[in-house]
Amino acid sequence: MLEIKNLHVKLEEEDKQILKGVDLAVEAGTVHAIMGPNGSGKSTLSYVLSGKDGYEVTEGAATLDGADLLDLDPEERAAAGLFLAFQYPVEIPGVGNMTFLRTAVNAQRKARGEDEMSAAEFLKVIRAKAKTLKIDADMLKRPVNVGFSGGEKKRNEILQMAMLEPKMCILDETDSGLDVDAMKLVAEGVNALRNEGRSFLVITHYQRLLDHIQPDVVHIMADGRIVKSGGPELALEVENNGYADILSEVA
Amino acid sequence: MALPQQKLDITEDRLVRVSLPESGAWLREARDAALARVRSMGLPHRRDEYWKYTRPDSLVEPAAPDAAVFDPAADDRPFDDIDRVKLYFVDGVFDAEASDDPTLAGVEIERLADVAGTDIHWAKDLYGVLETRGQTPVDRPLAALNSAMATDGVLIRATGKAAKPVSLLYLHKNPTSDAMLHHVIRIEEGADLTLLENGPAAARFNKVLEVDVADGGAFHHVRAQGRDHERRAVTHIFARLGTESIFKSFTLTVNGVLTRNEVVVELTGDDAVAHVAGAALGDGDFHHDDTVFVTHDALNCESRQVFKKVLRNGAVGVFQGKILVKKGAQKTDGYQISQALLLDGDSQFLVKPELEIYADDVVCSHGSTSGAIDEEGLYYLRSRGIPEGPATDLMTLAFLAEAIDEIEDATIAADIVTRLEGWLSRHRG
Repeated sequence: MLEIKNLHVKLEEEDKQILKGVDLAVEAGTVHAIMGPNGSGKSTLSYVLSGKDGYEVTEGAATLDGADLLDLDPEERAAAGLFLAFQYPVEIPGVGNMTFLRTAVNAQRKARGEDEMSAAEFLKVIRAKAKTLKIDADMLKRPVNVGFSGGEKKRNEILQMAMLEPKMCILDETDSGLDVDAMKLVAEGVNALRNEGRSFLVITHYQRLLDHIQPDVVHIMADGRIVKSGGPELALEVENNGYADILSEVA
Repeated sequence: MALPQQKLDITEDRLVRVSLPESGAWLREARDAALARVRSMGLPHRRDEYWKYTRPDSLVEPAAPDAAVFDPAADDRPFDDIDRVKLYFVDGVFDAEASDDPTLAGVEIERLADVAGTDIHWAKDLYGVLETRGQTPVDRPLAALNSAMATDGVLIRATGKAAKPVSLLYLHKNPTSDAMLHHVIRIEEGADLTLLENGPAAARFNKVLEVDVADGGAFHHVRAQGRDHERRAVTHIFARLGTESIFKSFTLTVNGVLTRNEVVVELTGDDAVAHVAGAALGDGDFHHDDTVFVTHDALNCESRQVFKKVLRNGAVGVFQGKILVKKGAQKTDGYQISQALLLDGDSQFLVKPELEIYADDVVCSHGSTSGAIDEEGLYYLRSRGIPEGPATDLMTLAFLAEAIDEIEDATIAADIVTRLEGWLSRHRG
């Protein structure tokens, strides 16, 4: 599904190397987690994959089902099936949440040569999906993320994911700023989307989220590289001992 | 005081090319008086403070510069779905053949040219009168020129709620037309009228709209200035508001090498409400000037000025807006916002917001910003699969939303949004 090979990335504006040779392969239907200390390059990896400006790939490759991701515009990556749930969802005053989502769903359908969804059909689908995420009609009408609480913003991200039905979902610290109940709700939303054709890359600082979204593989990232990979037990090890042991072991 | 020679020259050069239209009795008097005002003020010169950001030369010079006729077939016909009484003007001349029966609107509608000889007429107390009131404290000589020379226009008197909106449609067919129209509207006590205007009017267009809203009356005005690229237009609205009356005016402007829209509103009765709003979109050779002057001269009145401009490829936007709160106009609630979205580094937004307040118990706020599109927001939309063009359009419409919200009628507002979407999709980077 997602294949990252020897990815090197620096900031465009300054001479600062962030990713120093990331290798990662996420197979279809699996959930991979990336953990790592602050500044290890986890969020940068998610931005580079989704196509944010400001980063320069100096070496390496990233492909989604064989297609070169790095060569595509952000909207083309989305249409190809990539989705990033933002750590800090952006507020867009004046654009209604519903209008935004319908435009996005239909833009992706159009890009893939599929028929657009009618207003009535869209309304039916979004209402059902919003309900399971406890998103009320008012939140759908309000401008995108404006005045939303931290939890509402994250639930809104998962709603977008549910509506867009991507095949490769990247969750960037989706647990940050969430209380226990909100985290459960978000995790349930994610779990409901798990199937054999869809993969997840869950970036997190804490093992707690992984209690709810059980990963198949856990990677530890440090200083711009994946330094260790293992099963779910690796996350528990981090939770109990911190990163110091692992980092000294691989140093 | 004698005018400087330079002003005297440009004024006389212009006046020599026009002559007072045939009219009898009161209208003749009004025209003579207006002509005297023009001569005493002199026509605008680029060194005038009030014309600092907009060069008046092509509005003043004796002959109108040619303007290519905009293909009407390419027009997307604003207000087409709205049931209204249509009155057509072709290059500034009323076209009775093409127009609807004016009686259908349930208001009195007459042609300026037809009432000129009637001695007893309600318009006598308004024609040129509101324009004259608007000449203080700032001269507006092109409006006085219009009162003197306007060849056509409509006089509308609403005595109750109008059955339908009255729609003035302007058509431009002659590439050298130099049109002057003067409309007068009287909203009687408790009456209610919506006026729509749209279409390219002429190569050069000078229009005055005088609106007198009596106590408890309501006047709604929405105009979509034509998509003609080469037009030069100066328009003036002079409004006077009575107690508990409402005046709401919205203007959409797209294209046009030079458009100056002046709006002068006087709140003379307590508890009156005046909202003036505009959305302007320009690409390339576009100069758009909103010059607004709102005077509070009564208790507990509310005024809003909401102006938004989207500019690209060297387009220029101007906003000169003032709120004057006279002594004794307590409990005034005044608001003014002017903003530009600059879609590139070449475009300019020139602003002069002013507040002048002589009462001590008022709330007045004003703000002005110019900025680029929010890159974070754009990336967010694109990451959800919305291509850059439509994502930019969505952000642009969001920017304009506050001005569009000033249109009370949802159907008319939706129509204006359709115009905006059309323009945006035709003008992608």
